Amino acid sequence: MAGIVGAVVQPVLIVTGAPVLVGMMRQVRARLEGRAGAGVMQPWRDLRKLFGKERITPRGTSEVFRVAPLVLVATTLVVTVVAPFVTTDSAVDPAADLFAVVALLALGAVALALAGLDTGTAFGGMGASREMTILALVEPTLLVAIFALSVRVGSTNLAAIVSATVHDPGRVISPASLLAAVALIVVIIAETGRLPVDNPSTHLELTMVHEAMILEYAGPDLALVELASAMRLSVFLGLLANLFLPWGVATTAAPLALLVGVVALVVKIGVLGALLAAGEVFLAKLRLFRVPELLAGSFLLALLAVGASFFLA
Amino acid sequence: MSETLFVQLLDLACGALLLTAVLVLWRRELAVIIRVFALQGVALAALVAVLAAREGSGELWAVAAGVLALRAGMLPYLLRRALASAGETQRETRPVVNVASSLLAAAVLTLLAYAASRPLVELAPSPVTAAIPVGVTVVLIGFFVLVTRRRALSQLVGFLLMDNGITAIGFLTTSGVGLIVELGVSLDVLLAVLVLQILTTRMRETFGDTDLDELRELHD
Repeated sequence: MAGIVGAVVQPVLIVTGAPVLVGMMRQVRARLEGRAGAGVMQPWRDLRKLFGKERITPRGTSEVFRVAPLVLVATTLVVTVVAPFVTTDSAVDPAADLFAVVALLALGAVALALAGLDTGTAFGGMGASREMTILALVEPTLLVAIFALSVRVGSTNLAAIVSATVHDPGRVISPASLLAAVALIVVIIAETGRLPVDNPSTHLELTMVHEAMILEYAGPDLALVELASAMRLSVFLGLLANLFLPWGVATTAAPLALLVGVVALVVKIGVLGALLAAGEVFLAKLRLFRVPELLAGSFLLALLAVGASFFLA
Repeated sequence: MSETLFVQLLDLACGALLLTAVLVLWRRELAVIIRVFALQGVALAALVAVLAAREGSGELWAVAAGVLALRAGMLPYLLRRALASAGETQRETRPVVNVASSLLAAAVLTLLAYAASRPLVELAPSPVTAAIPVGVTVVLIGFFVLVTRRRALSQLVGFLLMDNGITAIGFLTTSGVGLIVELGVSLDVLLAVLVLQILTTRMRETFGDTDLDELRELHD
């Protein structure tokens, strides 16, 4: 029962909340930089404007280019349905698996990279190649970092990991989960294209990764891509929050527990987003050649986390 | 102290030891490396203090205080003074093995340490001996830093990392090697650092740099 409710509440919450999260993060940055900012609801206003435009695609592009935004949104939506954000009861429990969720998220990124190649422009290809460089280093780290947490639970089911942590809060301060948390934070920053790996607010060709791939999109397609990347940010922050600080997540179907779960999720993602945005103010973008160094470091931390969970505990 | 709290604190100290060793390998700024090394000294002292609280022995508490004073206070202070007189060379610009590869090498070294210390752990399985691979890892990472860095100062940090690892293994295997032995080893390390510091200063006076790469002469 809780699974069905969660499967309805989680996607609705994340689809409506993700652009607000992006707006909130931009607002935090603007205030810290001494600007007034466009307001928290600006991403929604942008999306509404973009959805109202006509669909145009560049001449010479194939179906790959047209389907990619849909694949990106669809895979992210499936993740929001199955992963434990509000409740640990999943409607499609077998799909709430660590490997399935990471594969779904990677599928969306690959679809977008293919679309970038499909346009045949220099920027699209460059962005796609950079994205694949980062993705090839991010995916193993993501898997290994969460795997470190699943070792003690004995299951790669995300809901099982989260509910095990709820029942035994002492796990949170073990070396394995601390190392995994640091690795996961680095990986999430790289995967969602935030500073210092990618600058989300630039159109400068030297620095962009994500922007370069979606340069040819316009109108509703662009809106879908923007919405999906905002959703991915919420999904990653939600996973980080619930894997390491799972308090408040609903374990029963009681309406009150679900309400607490919703509020806890909103607060946790909001706080993490504000921290990320505040941190970005103090960072400069890393040179692209230094990024593998950063990601290799986080991979090592994830591996040490797995080692620690096997040998220390 | 209850059993679970003891194990948690011990594991936390070992995790901090491991994390700081990796950070030394990761960062390039010599000032940051020295600060991380001081943090590792704190972690090592915490490890000894946890064991001391467990055993309830005054001697171990004294050793913990000594480790804290030497490895988190004295040695970082000496290193910082050596760095302050260095002038321009504040960064490890070009290690022999680039940072990304050396981090992956550290992952391999970790696995090697786990494999190599397996028989040692199986001699007397307990939460304390289970942490021995961490000490071995720190020794191997320290050795790696020692052989792949060019600056004399970061090589010195590598040497001290090795020593931290050896001390950690000593405490984990024997629950304290005795005050006298520990005192002797600590004095030895202090002496080595002092000698190497003088050597570094002489090197800079003679060659104008502590970079051990001979090709630099062509630029000058």
